[in-house]
Amino acid sequence: MAYNLKENLMKEDRFSGGHRMCAGCGSPIAVRTVLRALDPEDKAVVCSATSCLEVSTFMYPYNAWKDSFIHNAFENAAATISGVEAAYNLMKKKGKIDETWKFITFGGDGGTYDIGFQSLSGAFERGHDFVYVCYDNEAYMNTGIQRSSSTPHFADTTTTPAGTVIPGKLQQKKNLTRIMVAHGSPYVAQTTFIGNFRDITEKAHKAIYTKGPCFLNVMAPCPRGWRYPTEKLMEVTKAAVETCVWPLYEVIEGKYVLNYMPKNKLPVEEYLRLQGRFAHMFKPGNEWMIEQVQQEVDKNWEDLLKLCNM
Amino acid sequence: MGIRERLSGNEAVAYAMKQINPDVMGAFPITPSTEIPQYFGAYVDNGEVDTEFVTVESEHSSMSVCIGAQAAGCRAVSATSSCGLSYMTEMLYVAASDRLPITLAVSCRALSGPININNDHSDAMSVRDTGWLMLFAETNQEAYDNYLQAMRIGEAVDLPIMICQDGFITSHAIENIELVETDKVKAFVGEYKPRHYLLNKDEPIAVGAYATPTYYIESKRLQAQAMMDAKDVIRKVGAEFGEMTGRRYELIEKYMMDDAETAVVIIGSSAGTAKAAVNELRESGKKVGLIKIRAFRPFPAEDIADALKNVKAFAAMDKSDSFNAHCGPLYAETCAALYANGVCAPKGINYIYGLGGRDVRVESIKTVFSELDKIAETGETGDTYRYLDVRE
Repeated sequence: MAYNLKENLMKEDRFSGGHRMCAGCGSPIAVRTVLRALDPEDKAVVCSATSCLEVSTFMYPYNAWKDSFIHNAFENAAATISGVEAAYNLMKKKGKIDETWKFITFGGDGGTYDIGFQSLSGAFERGHDFVYVCYDNEAYMNTGIQRSSSTPHFADTTTTPAGTVIPGKLQQKKNLTRIMVAHGSPYVAQTTFIGNFRDITEKAHKAIYTKGPCFLNVMAPCPRGWRYPTEKLMEVTKAAVETCVWPLYEVIEGKYVLNYMPKNKLPVEEYLRLQGRFAHMFKPGNEWMIEQVQQEVDKNWEDLLKLCNM
Repeated sequence: MGIRERLSGNEAVAYAMKQINPDVMGAFPITPSTEIPQYFGAYVDNGEVDTEFVTVESEHSSMSVCIGAQAAGCRAVSATSSCGLSYMTEMLYVAASDRLPITLAVSCRALSGPININNDHSDAMSVRDTGWLMLFAETNQEAYDNYLQAMRIGEAVDLPIMICQDGFITSHAIENIELVETDKVKAFVGEYKPRHYLLNKDEPIAVGAYATPTYYIESKRLQAQAMMDAKDVIRKVGAEFGEMTGRRYELIEKYMMDDAETAVVIIGSSAGTAKAAVNELRESGKKVGLIKIRAFRPFPAEDIADALKNVKAFAAMDKSDSFNAHCGPLYAETCAALYANGVCAPKGINYIYGLGGRDVRVESIKTVFSELDKIAETGETGDTYRYLDVRE
């Protein structure tokens, strides 16, 4: 069925407004869009790791989730949804329920790349039928912008401040998408908010309706941590894609498919300069930092093109 | 009549699980509870149970799976020991606060370090404030019987429950045991009917809220009430179980306490050893007795105070230390129970014993009673914080 933004927006929201997430934050946009990819007749249990998303959407007695929802802790969302999915299989087997339920888990990069990684890896190895959505905002934002293994090279965070001796984070971002591919997942995709949201919507639908553990890595910028004006969210994600900092691709049963080839691959400055967390890289004498990041992005991009047989 | 068998404590618990046929098991091995998921894995693979057997990558995840499954509307179980229990501690609090009546079998073992695989109660005692109900067994039979009663108790008050036995001492030792017929087990345990659950198509729910200071303490107060309410439930279920099997259970067991002048308060398998000591001393005319704690959570404060009110001296026997330069947890709570109930006459001392599997012999307990005799005679307790059978 051809994607149509207007029709997609006519679907009833499964995630209410009025929650406490910041204006200009990518996380609730990722959630709303992914949940909209559910077929309306299907039931769902949504799980969230402890995160900005969780504390802002389910502060007792208020709840933004229209589907059944469970939050357990920071590091175990994948294990928690494993239990829910196991319960579903049992109840189906015993004839206690006959309707179709889908299982969707959200975690930030801290809860996914770092502290929740063991639980995530275990759940994928066991092969539960669910979707794990990482809303990747590249640092521990809920506790106040500390570096994670997803934080990009040289980013200024509160635990890697751009200092006079050490210029921000010294390590490159972990490539979690490819690590999840290595788990043998039937569907892994990397996406963000672009244009009419066709890319993220179609990937979410595929992830939800592919049997087995599927993974979506969604770049979901954070205006507080990345330091961009809230209205520039879509400019930031577009620049990430056009500079190949965050390529859009999917891996179906191990086969890599590039979903978007920039007509003119932009230099990384076009992405970095939109964000205060990279401001120190533009100071005189720090040109080497931008050059280094450009080399890293180029290498990752070439590696991806090879994987996509391009 | 029941079925006569010979089983280890671990196998007895696994067999109880098989008879109950729980919905979901989160499983991860750790000595000495490993046999429980092993036996159960065989039941699963031989089609003897319907259980979804989720073999996770850690104890943290096994409890997380249980939380997800029980919240979804199923009976969830697991088993662990020692560091595994420590590793899932964070989740134990969540299970209790989410009011999910999960059942966890614990074969108690020392905590590292030094690393040690043998029995003491450091693991269970370290999670005594997580909000779980905790029953302890002296024998394999009690481990089995407690397990059959666990779900009735937990589900009545919406609290998770730990069924503890002593690692190796009962978990691996094979004893004669009387099993209950499976149809009777199923009738006794009954179907799980949660009031609210995730997979209810007619009523979506949300579990695991963020609670601000406006609501947090009320949720804790409700948990505290459930723990208080559990005392009567444990008695009622224990009585009903007694009608079915002839083996009646209370919060505590009093042994030779009617005219006792000195007594030990003790938990777990060492109660058996201590009973042997009591028997020998009684033969020589000593008025000695024993209180065995079956329910540590809820803590049977009134029952203990009532049982100890007429003794001259007692020793609370702790198979773990609190490292507070003062006493172990059983002594602390026993003394608080006496004080709260206006019982001030008995002199009490504390023994830390059996750590890391140090053998507890009849002679060891007789030493304790001879110390109690001196205290009863002189009224002087001396040092109240003592280690038993230790090289100084």
